[in-house]
Amino acid sequence: MSATPITMRQPELKWGLPSRGHVAMFALIIAESAIFVIFVVAYLFYLGKSLTGPTPKQVLEVPIFYTICLLSSSLTIHFSVQALRRGNVATFKAWWFATIVLGAAFLYGTAHEWYRLIYHDGLTISTNLFGTTYYSLVGLHGFHVIVGLICLSAVMAFTLLGDVQQKHAYRIDVLSIYWHFVDAVWVVVFTVVYIIGR
Amino acid sequence: MSTDSIALPMVDEESRPLVDRLHDWVTTVDHKRLGILYILYALFFLVVGGIEATVMRIQLIRPHNDFVSPQVFNRMFTMHGTTMIFFVVMPVMFGFANYLIPLMIGARDMAFPRLNAFSFWLSAFGGILLYFSLVGANGLYGAGNAPDVGWFAYAPLTAQTFSRGHSTDFWTLALLVSGFGSIGTAINILTSILCLRCPGMKLGKMPLLAWLNLVMAGLVLLAIGPLTAAQIMLCLDRYLGAHFFDTQAGGSAVIWMHFFWIFGHPEVYILVIPAFAFVSEIVPVFSRKAMFGYPIMVAATVAIGFLSMTVWAHHMFTVGMSSNANTFFVLSTMAIGVPTGIKIFNWLATMWGGKIHFQTPMLFCIAFLFQFLIAGLTGIMMSAAPFDWQLGNSYFVVAHFHYVIVGGILCALFGAFYYWFPKMTGRMYNETLGKLQFWLFVLGFHLTFDFMHIPGLLGMPRRIYTYEPGRGWDNWNLIVTVGALVQGVSILIFVGNLLWSRFKGKTAGSDPWDAWTLEWTTSSPPPVYNFATIPTVRSRRPLWDLKHPEDPDWKYE
Amino acid sequence: MDPNNTYARWDFTVVVTLFLSAVPAFAQTAPPSLSPTNIFAPASTPANTILGLSLFVLAVTGTIFIVVFSLLIYVVVKFRKRVDDDRQEPPQVYGSNQVELAWTVIPVLIVVALFMATARVIGSVQKAAQPNNAIEVIAIGHQYWWEYRYPALHVVTANELHVPVSDPAHPTPTFIKLLSADTDHSFWVPRLNGKTDLIPNHPNSMWIDPHETGLYLGQCAQYCGTQHAKMLLRVYVQSRDEFDRWIQQQSQPPQLSDAASEGKYVFETTACVNCHAVAGTVADGRFGPDLSHLMSRDTIAAGAAPNTAENLRLWIRNPDAIKPGSRMPAMELSDRELDAVTAYLATLR
Repeated sequence: MSATPITMRQPELKWGLPSRGHVAMFALIIAESAIFVIFVVAYLFYLGKSLTGPTPKQVLEVPIFYTICLLSSSLTIHFSVQALRRGNVATFKAWWFATIVLGAAFLYGTAHEWYRLIYHDGLTISTNLFGTTYYSLVGLHGFHVIVGLICLSAVMAFTLLGDVQQKHAYRIDVLSIYWHFVDAVWVVVFTVVYIIGR
Repeated sequence: MSTDSIALPMVDEESRPLVDRLHDWVTTVDHKRLGILYILYALFFLVVGGIEATVMRIQLIRPHNDFVSPQVFNRMFTMHGTTMIFFVVMPVMFGFANYLIPLMIGARDMAFPRLNAFSFWLSAFGGILLYFSLVGANGLYGAGNAPDVGWFAYAPLTAQTFSRGHSTDFWTLALLVSGFGSIGTAINILTSILCLRCPGMKLGKMPLLAWLNLVMAGLVLLAIGPLTAAQIMLCLDRYLGAHFFDTQAGGSAVIWMHFFWIFGHPEVYILVIPAFAFVSEIVPVFSRKAMFGYPIMVAATVAIGFLSMTVWAHHMFTVGMSSNANTFFVLSTMAIGVPTGIKIFNWLATMWGGKIHFQTPMLFCIAFLFQFLIAGLTGIMMSAAPFDWQLGNSYFVVAHFHYVIVGGILCALFGAFYYWFPKMTGRMYNETLGKLQFWLFVLGFHLTFDFMHIPGLLGMPRRIYTYEPGRGWDNWNLIVTVGALVQGVSILIFVGNLLWSRFKGKTAGSDPWDAWTLEWTTSSPPPVYNFATIPTVRSRRPLWDLKHPEDPDWKYE
Repeated sequence: MDPNNTYARWDFTVVVTLFLSAVPAFAQTAPPSLSPTNIFAPASTPANTILGLSLFVLAVTGTIFIVVFSLLIYVVVKFRKRVDDDRQEPPQVYGSNQVELAWTVIPVLIVVALFMATARVIGSVQKAAQPNNAIEVIAIGHQYWWEYRYPALHVVTANELHVPVSDPAHPTPTFIKLLSADTDHSFWVPRLNGKTDLIPNHPNSMWIDPHETGLYLGQCAQYCGTQHAKMLLRVYVQSRDEFDRWIQQQSQPPQLSDAASEGKYVFETTACVNCHAVAGTVADGRFGPDLSHLMSRDTIAAGAAPNTAENLRLWIRNPDAIKPGSRMPAMELSDRELDAVTAYLATLR
């Protein structure tokens, strides 16, 4: 079967296009942000509208420490990717592990806070509008942290098996963008829930 | 001159066992095969959705009819709407996008072939999940099966109190799942267009179909999220006792409407913009002229994309928003008519001064122009909020949006089917049957949807399983039903033509229409690798440049 | 390429003629005899105001249609490929800034005109001040019936709304507050006003001032469940005297009659009283319609059937026979009990 040849005789064309991984990850982030925006809007809309039950001011404690953990994990993942780009797999491994630890610490903090809220303050998702919007927004974010940690752990496993090398830096970088997104969402959620909402 | 094609090992397809060939299709990651899978999937559900519509029309043929019970009727309109939007038009558009985009931008496949396959199967599973409700949804005795809450599932009708059993959950989960598939496909389309264009194909040089699908993909990324969020909230309400839409706990039924329509309005642009893309490819070729005002067409589409995110509450004019809110949405909705009108004028200008060939693809595009014009104008009527206080939620609205989706989108789709059928199958469809189908469809369409406006103007609301005699609605409903049956026959002819031509049609060459974009440079059907050598282009119509070396496009662009 | 299709140009004209032939039926102020729910036959100020705007919008969109459609026909006819075509490509025109500007500016101006006309009408209908002599009604939407309360006049009734006629010189409008007891509904009586939704936890309000006495029809216009289709609206516009007499009758408890004592006993000792109320008796249920003056109504089940003894008895025996999926359960009464209850209800005037 023949195909009409298209190449025209002309000098070598300089042709650069953005890389697939970054574009796709940004596209995914746009889609995820759209979901988060709606939960944030619901949270803000329902502020002060609960008919009963504990109010944010009564029960929320600002999770400064765990927030610092999560935000620092963005720094550590950045160092990690930088190290891998330079070919320094050992440094990469260390910073990557630190990222996972910090992320897990954040999750622990959320779990701890929820335990207190449920068992000591009597706030559940069905208590009132505040409970509904709080657990769903913080929970949605927490879910994304879990997904991120699963991906990070998978990479950790591959690294420990010796399969991750400098040439994979690009893919690891794309994954780190997801992690930065999770952190950025936390900045928004934190502001809305613990600053504006209290 | 470079090599024409790449020698592949000779395999006699026909002699391979059927199981192996089916297995190839099920495990394929080739954009062309996935495109065809999407299209076949959509065609199947088109017939299913059409049957649902026919059941409704038979029930409404006369007042106080008892062809089906109210419970069944309510399931019919819910399933018809949900099926047509999510499991017919979206998949078929994704299918054409998948098939055509790599070919048109000079690439070998989409950016992420495995994600492509995953997204297709996810979307397909969603459709199966929705229809599984027919057997699986009886949560409580007598609680019914298929969802019956309307395709926009307003709260609090969807609360556990008012929707027992699991039918609403099947609606929610089916759309959640297929929503993820849609996001995957949108990521793929966006990335492919931005990252895989062949050398020389700057963004201003790519076919309008690529541009319009790029805008569509962007809209999917922005619009599906709100639907997903709202559906998660609904699930939390129904199963974990959350109060998002629980009016007894201070929740708001109106906020569901906001969230749904923030998805729902861009969604209809997601459906129509690919239809614009087909018309933008077909009209120039059959008028033998370049697209008039390419940059304006791009700008208008981008404007439509942005504006479509600002008009959603025109679906809520009767809900009791403040007069300021109503006024804002009147303005934004009327504003979006401007770029849309500009597009219609540009298509007309493309035909102006040309030499119009009236083969079936072009006939359908001309019908599109006529019908989309009317649909847009009835939309403008309803954008005047007080007029919408009468017209909203009546059969006028039903007539309007079917005018857009059937008279506009489906006609453009028919055009696309006939136009690219030779490329996809290597065979020409039967032109006589095509024209017969066209006239029959136009007749049936106008019988149904022209006259459907009238009961709306005479006070007939939508979603009613029967109506009172003596309100002046009877005869119009009868005509509407007759038209539906005519359209049904036309669809049967369409499917028959495609099937027959697939096996018995005349061989089509690589370029039966004397067209100008890259897909017509490959064989019909294209080889699995699309292009032996990735082409380099210099204008929007690479084939025009080759066929007219004395007067190439790049001198004028 | 195949020879061109000569039918293309006039078949579009045929189709358009079919469509336009329907226009006389609706694009003018049609008489109500065409339909009692015709939006083009207003009988109240808001409906009239809406009609004024509608005609303006129709005129503008109609003109746009004629212009663009004529262009389409012209293009399709004038630039069709001729049979004796020389197979040369026509001159390629890529665009024109002036033309693009023209067909951007003109639509923008049209939008501005339409928008300003619309904004004015939104204000005049939505922000109308409630005068002191307005009748106040609270309408509560239920699955699948309408509850009406006149708080200032101490009347509670169901399904058939009575309002006084309003003289345009000295208007006595009725202002209706719209609430819902369950799902979303919508109050739509086309000849009196556009529709406004009844949404739980979201009170709305609308007003009507009918200029002529008579019965105005409509129905629920927001899908609310299985029997959305039979949640019909009947608005009785009466002269001031008749309206006052009606109010007088509705605000008194019904006269009790000895003939109905057996039925009253059955009514009050079965589950009827869980849902229904009869003024002056122990029955005080609010889930279903107030039955105190059931016999003053022309229809039962929100317009689903005429109010006759036979229908009433059938309704009580098996509501699904008239309105399948309504919220009233079949009461499993014996024939004797059915007769008795029907006779009792017949005394509730």
